[in-house]
Amino acid sequence: MITFDGVTKRYADGTVAVDDLSLEAPTGEITVLVGPSGCGKTTSLRMINRMIDATEGRVLIDGVDVRTVDPPTLRRGIGYVIQQAGLFPHRKIVDNVATVPHLLGWDRRKARARAMELLERVGLDPGLAGRYPFQLSGGQQQRVGVARALAADPPVLLMDEPFSAVDPVVRASLQEELLRLQAEFTKTIVFVTHDIDEAVKLGDRVAVLRVGGRMAQLADPATLLARPADDFVAEFLGRDRGIRRLSFVSGEGLRLRTDLTAPASAEVSSVRGTAAPWLAVVDADDRPLGWVRVGELPESGTLADVRLAPYGTFVRGRDSLRGALDATLLSPSGNAIAVDDSGRVRGVLTRETLEEALRQAAGGAGGARA
Amino acid sequence: MNWLAEFFGDAANWSGPDGIPVRLLEHLEFSAISLLLAALVAVPLGLGIGHTGRGALPVLLSANAARALPTLGLLVLIVLLMGVGTDVPVLIPLVALAVPPILVNTYEGIRGVDPDLRDAAYGMGLRGRQVLGRVLVPVALPLILLGLRVAAIQVVSTATVAAYVGLGGLGRFIVDGLATKDFPRTLGGAVLVALLALAVQLVFTLVQRLVVSPGVSGSRAVR
Amino acid sequence: MPGVPVREEPLVRWDWIGRNWPAIQALLADHAVMALVPVAVGLLVALPVGLAGARWRGLYQPTVGVVNVVYSLPSLAVFIVLIPVTGLATRMTVMVPLAFYALAVLIPAVVDGLASVPGHVRQSAVAMGFTPLRRLLRVELPIAVPVVLAGLRVATVSSVSLVSVGALVGRGGLGYLFIDGWQRQFPTPIVVGIALVVLLAAVADTLLVLAQRLLTPWARARGTA
Repeated sequence: MITFDGVTKRYADGTVAVDDLSLEAPTGEITVLVGPSGCGKTTSLRMINRMIDATEGRVLIDGVDVRTVDPPTLRRGIGYVIQQAGLFPHRKIVDNVATVPHLLGWDRRKARARAMELLERVGLDPGLAGRYPFQLSGGQQQRVGVARALAADPPVLLMDEPFSAVDPVVRASLQEELLRLQAEFTKTIVFVTHDIDEAVKLGDRVAVLRVGGRMAQLADPATLLARPADDFVAEFLGRDRGIRRLSFVSGEGLRLRTDLTAPASAEVSSVRGTAAPWLAVVDADDRPLGWVRVGELPESGTLADVRLAPYGTFVRGRDSLRGALDATLLSPSGNAIAVDDSGRVRGVLTRETLEEALRQAAGGAGGARA
Repeated sequence: MNWLAEFFGDAANWSGPDGIPVRLLEHLEFSAISLLLAALVAVPLGLGIGHTGRGALPVLLSANAARALPTLGLLVLIVLLMGVGTDVPVLIPLVALAVPPILVNTYEGIRGVDPDLRDAAYGMGLRGRQVLGRVLVPVALPLILLGLRVAAIQVVSTATVAAYVGLGGLGRFIVDGLATKDFPRTLGGAVLVALLALAVQLVFTLVQRLVVSPGVSGSRAVR
Repeated sequence: MPGVPVREEPLVRWDWIGRNWPAIQALLADHAVMALVPVAVGLLVALPVGLAGARWRGLYQPTVGVVNVVYSLPSLAVFIVLIPVTGLATRMTVMVPLAFYALAVLIPAVVDGLASVPGHVRQSAVAMGFTPLRRLLRVELPIAVPVVLAGLRVATVSSVSLVSVGALVGRGGLGYLFIDGWQRQFPTPIVVGIALVVLLAAVADTLLVLAQRLLTPWARARGTA
């Protein structure tokens, strides 16, 4: 666990970068520091590995004051990833990754083997190991940066806006990759970003800092979105906060109707009497085929002969309420088809049921502001 | 061209203490010693100043001053004041004029390394000297070598002029030829000096290919 | 102390300066002409060549190779090798080689200067409808000025200092004072010569810095190199 205990950083010219910060970053979790530029988030991060020393207060790692440890020794036990990756241009990828093991006096062969293993873990082709950094794309370089930080298997990882210099598509895949790696390695990660979406996506806990280095709110993402502490946090979270927080509400408990589906083999006549305006048609394997409007059914034949409208589906148990809402908006019927992990239809989510769930979620938001 | 044939075709110019081989070796000897001494002073100083950032202003000022100082004037003044007799007084200006380019380029090379790279190096737990030796120097190497190359050319050039105050080397052909109105000799000396300068340039280009990491030269080419 | 002091002689005999002032002045003027004219000519040639180099990068690579070779040649050797063309002990003996040195510094400076124009600035000029010539004169050259002037300063200072080597081939402006002092084992002219060469270089350099201030008022806040 990393503990900030009343930490203040004041520079010689009097500017205060961090003001009396107290914070705990629990072991095995991702703690995100987020805020506008000038909020002291990077300064705070750099006080953990003593790239900057605090003026007042203490920073502790598992109860040990970092000030009592020699900086290089301290840093070799802490992974560090920065914005432009900071790869050494004169060394091949594999040697970049093996830097810290090398510093720690590992056997050369062992360090290289470890580096190769990590390159694969972060999703890089081992064939890139012999290249130089300039021969890699920005996204690839950033993956190497992560691999390099993980090389000596440090329990703590510091990440300073690591994904902000790459394009949105690459950034999203790097974020997914980080979550996957975290599920595998369970490091104590402190992650700095100015992007609230990234903070909410990655953080187990999110600390919102305001300019001048004061803590505005520390909470898990769902709470943050639901109950921002003040106007500053609410504004920083942005306008579509209401929709975004649905991502944190499970779609698991939604009631489904099983009487609104029909197999493709069914005779038209057998479903003509259905009270609902739309039916979801499924194949013999229970996979969704599309929607049919009951009022426009032909005189005879089976449902397989009818032209079907495209459908909106969400995965029950995996997708959040936001995913379910998205599915109803994409469906011509206004209802969404719920499938399980293997893609089989479990039932239909009606708009009425969803609206009820949305009302309940909004109720949980307490006095949320617009 | 007839003049050149006259000089290079004369067998007498290829042997003895005033022959081309001896003069060439002398020239190389003075140049190498001066460059080595200058490098021993300037490289560590440039590394130190670049790494710590302290004392940069005097370095930059000295570089500009050195460019303005007339080499011939400096040579005759120092040798006149120190006295002739040994080669030591002549070596002083040679070394003095070779120091600034090495110093400035080494300094600029180290200063110019991307701050993110320093940051990453410290962040991974490298100590100050390791950051300098394992990261800053390899990345700054092209500029450090450029400084050494400019200095080497400068030394070869100044050593030529130094023949006027009595130093041996290829400059002798030029100065003696001018004194005796033997133009073929002067021209031959000038051509030899020019070839030597080109050879030095070539050697440094090859050294650069050998010692600079392809990762560094490649990323420069891309930019 | 190695060697023996030549004679009991002060470093500078001030009365010598007074007595020889007209001659010194003439040497100074000669020196200034021989140093500055080649730089001016070099700039006039370097501008079109540099523009071509910036426009056709393929052309520039071999040019840089040649320019590097020229710059690495010792000045005394170049003075002498060109004597069959320029003649001995005339102003041309010194000025023609110095013009080549100036070119060697200024061509890369012009190309680098134009390369220093940010792509977005160039493109917005195109988008606003500048014709290529107007864009060059109104946008690209002004932005290139600091880099070109930095090159011009290097070329000027080197040129002023290099002229004196010409004294060995009979025409070196203030360099004559070095030869004179050496031959008579008399330090005063040497010291005067060095001082005036450095002074001339400093004055020329200062004027160029002032010119840069005038030409690029937008860069003043950032401080110049």
